[in-house]
Order: sequence, then structure tokens, then C-alpha cells
Amino acid sequence: MELRGKKVIALGERDGVPGPARRAGAEVVLTLTACFV
Amino acid sequence: MGLEDQAAVKRVADEHGSGVVVLLGTPDAESTQTLAQTVVVGDPSYAGPLAGVPLGLPVLHVFEVRDQVPVDVYEAQVALMEMSLDRDAILAGLREARRVAATT
Repeated sequence: MELRGKKVIALGERDGVPGPARRAGAEVVLTLTACFV
Repeated sequence: MGLEDQAAVKRVADEHGSGVVVLLGTPDAESTQTLAQTVVVGDPSYAGPLAGVPLGLPVLHVFEVRDQVPVDVYEAQVALMEMSLDRDAILAGLREARRVAATT
């Protein structure tokens, strides 16, 4: 699936999700980086 | 996923409608599968705001979008995580969540 133009909800323990999403052309509308494990 | 986080995901999904994609950075198969199920078919623990709420959002793991991210960004922000985690198990957990979603 192409991320460009999409609105992304970034979920994960790690911080390294919103940055790549933005650079793939998506708009990050929510980031939750709390520990899920 | 915590109750407040579920509420936040539901609010954002409701606000933005179609075009919302969930991108996971989860570190193991279990958390990957659980989070994916939560945002697709609803909270599997039936405890939070997403209990019985099938948002049906597309879900990807950050490992799956490597070819869409500039190489230097991926190397700096994801590659170390990818090397240190069980990539195959994580993606298997996501496949299982998709399988469950397809049969629900």
C-alpha cells in the first residue's frame, strides 16, 4: 500500500515510525509510542 | 492497547474517515497481532472504546514500507530495530491478524 497522501496513525513502542511515514509522503495525524508489550 | 489510546485512535479514525492507515512499529509478533486486530476488528479484550467497533483500518508494519522511505531515513530510524528484532515473526503476526480480520 502506498503511504503517500494518506493520514497515518503511528503505533508502536519505538519512535522510528512517524519520521519514515512523513518521508514516505504521509501526514501523521496521531502518534502513540507508549510501550505496548 | 490502553483505553485512552483506543479512544484517541477511534476519534482520529472518525475525524478523518477513509484514507487513514495504521503504521506499526511493534517489536514482537504478539503486540503486532493484538494492535492490528484492535484497529481492524475491535478490541480483542472487549474492555476499551474499540470493543465491538470494527474500524477496518488498513494496517502496515514499518518494515513493509522500506521501499517508500528514503534510504538514509530508513537506515537511521528503522534499520537497527529491524536487525535486532525477529522480523519474520512480526510480519507473521501481522499476517495472522489480517487472516482473522478477513474471516470475521
